[in-house]
Amino acid sequence: MSGTVSVARATAVFTGIGIAAPGGLGTATWWAAALRGRTAVGAVTRFDASGYPVRLAGEVPGFTDEEHVPGRLLPQTDRVTRLALAMAKEAVDDCGADLDALPEYAASVVTASSAGGFEFGQRELQALWHQGSKHVSAYQAFAWFNAANTGQLSIRHGTRGASGVLVSEQAGGLDAAAQARRQIRKGSRLVVTGGADSALCPWGWTAHLADGLLSTVDDPQRAYLPFAADAGGHVAGEGGAMLVLEDADSARERGATVYGSLAGYAATFDGGTTPRLGDAARLALADAGAQPGDVDVVFADAAGQRAADRAEAAALAALFGPYGVPVTAPKAMTGRLLAGGSALDLAAALLALRDQVIPPTPGTGQPAADCPVDLVTGAPRRGAPLRCALVLARGRGGFNSAVVLRAAP
Amino acid sequence: MERLELSDLVTLLRECAGEEEWTDLDGDILDTPFLDLGYDSLAILQTTGRIERDHTITFDEEAIDAAETPRQYLQLVNELLAARAVV
Repeated sequence: MSGTVSVARATAVFTGIGIAAPGGLGTATWWAAALRGRTAVGAVTRFDASGYPVRLAGEVPGFTDEEHVPGRLLPQTDRVTRLALAMAKEAVDDCGADLDALPEYAASVVTASSAGGFEFGQRELQALWHQGSKHVSAYQAFAWFNAANTGQLSIRHGTRGASGVLVSEQAGGLDAAAQARRQIRKGSRLVVTGGADSALCPWGWTAHLADGLLSTVDDPQRAYLPFAADAGGHVAGEGGAMLVLEDADSARERGATVYGSLAGYAATFDGGTTPRLGDAARLALADAGAQPGDVDVVFADAAGQRAADRAEAAALAALFGPYGVPVTAPKAMTGRLLAGGSALDLAAALLALRDQVIPPTPGTGQPAADCPVDLVTGAPRRGAPLRCALVLARGRGGFNSAVVLRAAP
Repeated sequence: MERLELSDLVTLLRECAGEEEWTDLDGDILDTPFLDLGYDSLAILQTTGRIERDHTITFDEEAIDAAETPRQYLQLVNELLAARAVV
């Protein structure tokens, strides 16, 4: 490796997108749904939720396991890993690179996962306590684990470079992309990154409920209303997105289509009662060498909690001025997807830069008076050029992450 | 006397560990190493657990780990089943 300095400054660009999320399976289907801007949240169908105080979720529609997962992997994968396999295949196909033609350690996988394989774990725990230890699957050894997605993806795609998994709840998708950029800067050519979660089973639901932040509203249209005066929590969902992040020079050499570059990133941690989301945004802009005025659209964390929404709106107002930049939250369509959520926001922001259109925030009619954000609602917004997007995410426990994306030149 | 045949083992492997697209488990595989059939040690562990459960037997772990082909594996299983029948 010659010229450490030039490698350290290597630009990382996104060249592939794969999506499995509420609203649509596959990037084109999901993006069309996001632009329609109607909620994809509905009654839970993956288990009988009738006895729980929350009965709405965002589920991935029309996913047939056998169509996406080889037979050998069916007994050893949780739902979330199956979704991740489908997303990654779409992303790798989309990027057009021949992974087999790369040097042995030039490609890797860095994903985020918050819950791991919850449904698989529940089934095996039930087997343990109802039938005995001999009934527990040998694959429980890893199928429950947060790193299972990264492991299965790297085996499936034959990537042998430095891989990893990030666990920082909703911030995970952004943190994983940043870790992928570090690998690119260390000399990797291509990294499959992103995030996925699915915990729509009784055990997972109990964990979601313990969080205390889920909306108990039964109307899918009114359950998750980020920045609204009557916001009362969020809806949980499953799925996410996988992305291919590539060294810009490698991508250019092979004539790849580029969605945009990962121009800036920063992460902060809340200090006691002091929220630090705004600091993450500021630091990410500095990392990108960008000014607030360069940002054309913000994909908000959009917690759907009054206090958290006010805090995010205040951070945005401090940075951009009140109503100073278009803000959107397509996650109001899908629910919050844990690690999958911010990865999906990255995908949405890249597609927005590609198509020069901002997807709307479903549900919220207009933001509350104490949330001075220019929220895109009702219909997609076109007209102003989109060259730079800021994606924000907060993970439960104090994680804040921000990514700055620049459109392909 | 209980005996496990190759066809029984193939059924169990499929149920416990799935099947690679590129293998022909219905062919002459008695002497094909498990690895060449797409089955790693965990796949065999899962299958072994199932046989132990179904037949209420316990294998010598080291011996079963050393069985690299269906023929060697079936021989161990059937020896154990035969020994139990004698008792």
